[in-house]
Amino acid sequence: MSYRASAVERLVTGGIYALMFLICVVTLYPFLYILSTSLASSNVPLTQIQLIPPEISLESYRRVLEYPLIGIGYCNTIVRTVLGTFLSVLVTLMMAYPLSKKYFPHRTFWTGLVVFTMFFSGGIIPNYILVRSLGLMNTVWALVLPELVSAFNLVIVRNFMMSLPDSLEESAKIDGANDITILFRIVLPICKPIIATIALWVAVWHWNSWFDSLIYATRAENQVVQLVMRRIVLEGSQNSMSLSAQMNRQNEIVTPENLKAATIMVTTIPILLVYPFVQKYFVKGIMIGSLKG
Amino acid sequence: MAAASSLFKRYALQKASPGERGVFQQYWKHRHLFLLLLPGLVYFIVFRYLPIYGLTIAFKDFRFLEGIWGSPWVGLDVFQNVFSRADFWEVFRNTFLLSIYKLIFGFAPPILFALLLNEIRNAFYKKAVQTISYLPHFVSWVVLGGLFIQFLSPSIGPINILLKAMGLKAIYFLGDPKWFRTTLVVTDIWKSMGWGSIIYLASLSNIDTAMYEAADIDGANRWQKMRSITLPSLSPVITIMLILAVGKLVNDNFDQIFNMYNPAVYSVGDVLGTYTYREGLENMSYSYATAVELFKNVIAFALVYSANKIAGKINEYGIW
Repeated sequence: MSYRASAVERLVTGGIYALMFLICVVTLYPFLYILSTSLASSNVPLTQIQLIPPEISLESYRRVLEYPLIGIGYCNTIVRTVLGTFLSVLVTLMMAYPLSKKYFPHRTFWTGLVVFTMFFSGGIIPNYILVRSLGLMNTVWALVLPELVSAFNLVIVRNFMMSLPDSLEESAKIDGANDITILFRIVLPICKPIIATIALWVAVWHWNSWFDSLIYATRAENQVVQLVMRRIVLEGSQNSMSLSAQMNRQNEIVTPENLKAATIMVTTIPILLVYPFVQKYFVKGIMIGSLKG
Repeated sequence: MAAASSLFKRYALQKASPGERGVFQQYWKHRHLFLLLLPGLVYFIVFRYLPIYGLTIAFKDFRFLEGIWGSPWVGLDVFQNVFSRADFWEVFRNTFLLSIYKLIFGFAPPILFALLLNEIRNAFYKKAVQTISYLPHFVSWVVLGGLFIQFLSPSIGPINILLKAMGLKAIYFLGDPKWFRTTLVVTDIWKSMGWGSIIYLASLSNIDTAMYEAADIDGANRWQKMRSITLPSLSPVITIMLILAVGKLVNDNFDQIFNMYNPAVYSVGDVLGTYTYREGLENMSYSYATAVELFKNVIAFALVYSANKIAGKINEYGIW
């Protein structure tokens, strides 16, 4: 290999490194901008926001956290995420087990019933009519039940269970344990890795969901935090005005823009903190999904 | 329990015909398994199959008080109404245009990103770049909508401040019909490029390194290796992803548009999803909105099917 070729090589490699760095900057910049805006004191003109604002104030955050609907919204989000994830995993697990048994009667039919829903669904309006007819409006059930079991997750758990050796349960069967006991005592502990993965997917999905809350929660106190944020930031000139008008402590004025930025940060920070640790489980999901697709 | 079971067996043996008895006994034998299946089964019937039955309101004049069953059939009147409205066709056009733009401009970036990332040998740097590039995927459009409204603001947004400093006019990225589509496409690429590269990176890591070593011995340069080894190895994945992308042509990124659009840009940014939402849930035209959505799903199905057919003709990688 000649000297010139290697110089060109090195130049290209350097270029790629630099380009990757640039992509990272472009990805992060909007977030950093909002972070700086949320931290800037209202004395800093909004047209002069810098990465590290000349005057930092946590007043916007204090206001946002004191705004009652944010706290309530967070509670609603946490409740739906915890309850929804727990029930989803439980029902998925219970349903996958019989479908993984070759001797279960009409197994193909029952599995087909599930797989069919991957390709056909009712869509927004029939779902809305159903939830309303069942009287679930403004309850947490409207957010938990409609997406309780994903056919995709069910198939993944079922395939995992099918790969387990039969000998596991045979000895328990001889001891007179029934299928329910076997599932919860023997099979469940072995399925822990796949359960953790699915629980994570469902939990992140619940945390980020907002549209169902928009249509099923008509009262402000039933809405999830993403929606409260949406109302403050998108529709919310009134909300943010009233927020910035709350002269509850010393007469420090907070501009609506600082407040909106703080609201965005308050709703995003949990995800920012958690996602580096959970991303690998999501990558796994893509891999499984692509094998299927 | 034991007594009941023996009673049941005797009853089943007396009352049932031979074939039926077999099935009954089968389920009785596996009653615990069936019990485990039951909650999920009830869920699927209520929350998956009832809404599919609910699609019939596209052929009815649906009124809430009479319910789905009680509303009168009107045949294809609703669809006639849909196809006769000018706003429907505008929305239909927007949906297609926007999706095609996203396909044209958004399909290649994840592939290029994966290829460039693959050239990076420093494992730590590679991991860091990957992790950062995944970030936008985990933030929902409802948050990003709020973020971009502020970030792209003509008065305080950094891009426009820069433009104004250069003596140019501020651009109303989210309020000007001329710019709205561009904004949607660019922000969508910004959000999905890193995450979309995963699948390609995985395929790249599966390529046999012996091929590269052989190419090195033959004195192939980086570009030649990419052309003769890397890209051909990626082509099956690229084909599958392209089929899936074509299938999504009518799937209109409702979340993104709903959180970024406003009446000023309906003429270019209103798509089937947002239109369905407004017509159905704001104007309460349930039948109308359902008909629109049903039409959308039929088109989507036809698209996936034909894309797959075409791909099957080109090479042997189909999705079914």
